[in-house]
Amino acid sequence: MTTATAASIHSLWTTLADSTPGAAGASTSTLFPAPKIEYAQLSPVLIVFGVAILGVLVEAFLPRRTRYTAQLGLSVVGLAAAFAAVVALAADGYASTKSHIAAMGAVAVDGPALFLQGTILLVALVAAFTFAERRLDPAAHGSRVDSFAAQGSAVPGSDQEKAAVKAGFTTTEVFPLLLFAVGGMLVFPAANDLLTLFVSLEVFSLPLYLLCALARRHRLMSQESAVKYFLLGAFSSAVLLFGVALLYGYAGTVSYGGIADVVNGSAKLTPALANSTATDALLLIGGAMVVVGLLFKVAAVPFHMWTPDVYQGAPTPVTGFMAAATKVAAFGALLRLLYVVLPGLRWDWRPVMWGVAILTMVIGAIVAVTQTDVKRLLAYSSIAHAGFILAGVVAVSPDGVSSVLFYLGAYSFVTLGAFAVVTLVRDAGGEATHLSRWAGLGRRSPLVAAVFAVYLLAFAGIPLTSGFAGKFAVFKAAAEGGALPLVIIGVISSAIAAFFYIRVIVLMFFSEPRPGGPSVAIPSPLTSGAIGLGVAVTLVLGVAPQYFLDLASKADVFVR
Amino acid sequence: MNPVNYLYLAALLFTIGGAGVMIRRNAIIVFMCVELMLNACNLAFVTFARLHGNLDGQIFAFFTMVVAAAEVVVGLAIIVTFFRSRHSASVDDASLMKL
Repeated sequence: MTTATAASIHSLWTTLADSTPGAAGASTSTLFPAPKIEYAQLSPVLIVFGVAILGVLVEAFLPRRTRYTAQLGLSVVGLAAAFAAVVALAADGYASTKSHIAAMGAVAVDGPALFLQGTILLVALVAAFTFAERRLDPAAHGSRVDSFAAQGSAVPGSDQEKAAVKAGFTTTEVFPLLLFAVGGMLVFPAANDLLTLFVSLEVFSLPLYLLCALARRHRLMSQESAVKYFLLGAFSSAVLLFGVALLYGYAGTVSYGGIADVVNGSAKLTPALANSTATDALLLIGGAMVVVGLLFKVAAVPFHMWTPDVYQGAPTPVTGFMAAATKVAAFGALLRLLYVVLPGLRWDWRPVMWGVAILTMVIGAIVAVTQTDVKRLLAYSSIAHAGFILAGVVAVSPDGVSSVLFYLGAYSFVTLGAFAVVTLVRDAGGEATHLSRWAGLGRRSPLVAAVFAVYLLAFAGIPLTSGFAGKFAVFKAAAEGGALPLVIIGVISSAIAAFFYIRVIVLMFFSEPRPGGPSVAIPSPLTSGAIGLGVAVTLVLGVAPQYFLDLASKADVFVR
Repeated sequence: MNPVNYLYLAALLFTIGGAGVMIRRNAIIVFMCVELMLNACNLAFVTFARLHGNLDGQIFAFFTMVVAAAEVVVGLAIIVTFFRSRHSASVDDASLMKL
């Protein structure tokens, strides 16, 4: 038995010396059939990556003054085309009846994947507008500048940086970086094996690390946030990778369906490990480490430490994009992992996720109360929201999936809009993010303050905003899934969270504006469009959520 | 030799790397510890591939190496800009945003 196994193992990568070349060639061709790639079903991802590569070529070959227009046009057209491809796939029935696994088992094309891809593409489209905003900063030496450094490699305050600013340089590389990140995020929730999961995680993380370091103002803070995000992000992906290795050791395969079969007991453990008593340890520790890697990306307590610093230091358009799109992609991957790979273990992971959800909601809400910086406040609010979404994840029901999908769609537009408003309130040093500087903003610029108030009310979950519809959906799903204590704690922490949102509204509208306070910059149609779209989505999803809830509940079945 | 011993070695290397990330203060050393963790993962993948008698783990190890190389490019770029603006790569100095 042992010798036979050993011989068959070695025959995988060695061949007997006396075998004829023809026979070896024949066996190779059966071992490695040409992969069958369904290009049409992968078209959203392929379009985004293709346009990103075009963007790199634009950087290489076009003269500097034409790059901004070319990059913006390319990004917008590419993202819109990819969104159209997603809609076409969904209309074709890939979200329901025709959902299946493409690219030799690597990528799932199903309802949750298409719904989340559509959300990510819309978010990225709006984020591209905020990236391109050039009217907020005062013109430097006669040329309009955006929120990104003139030259990322120049030391802050050095002669080199001054020369770059004087020459009117801008970092138009942010658009290809944005597109590469979006491409990775499109694959992440659709990944159907652990290899695709890991590679797409890195593909979307690496551009984000770079984008964080590229702020025009407060560059030291921006670089610091990039270092923190990079070191902690690399650490968490190493943890995820070791978990992947253990799961592979347990099941002998990295495909989601294959691991799920072994977990359920419908497929046999490999003979090499069947006699060992350590296999359960491999499964439990491996699953836990993969989940930890994903919880880091969604910023759940206790893996949230990076969030406030990174959100505060990164350029605000990047923060908005990161807060919205990363969360969507990472929750999509978490849902697929827990619902497709590990449903057989749900009695093990549900209590743990309960604990994480409770901690995340409570700590996110309570620590937010003490914040004095708008961006940090929004960071802690995003942590609290991760907890609310986790409440939908632990429901383990189709309603849980659809409520999470709806919540992610609603939340991402509110976040993006709120960070876009933050870019408008400025003083001589750039954005005025300290809360005390926002006092009396409602007296001076009622429109901007009112829009921000709408976003804050949506964060708080006040009826007639999308936040209420989303929270109602996840809490209902959680309660029906038997997690009533979780719902009660969730409602209490929503109330705590509402306190500090209302406090900001009171500060803006009911206190006297201080002399020398910040001014509100008049944005170009790019940012106004982003903010307006955010308000429109918030109100439409709040007043008439039914259509979108139906859409989400039609997309709640994972393919296996 | 029993291949399971390589798994113990992989776990040990991973733990050393993880401990290094927690306790070392120089960003470059922290980054090297992360790379050590990735290499520990590779060792585990290859060992499991040998145990299971399939090639998935070996393919995974190649992908990990490529990803690690990409990570080095991005990571060193970020750490070098950080060092050039502060003349220090200590992660303790990165405290502009402490409350």
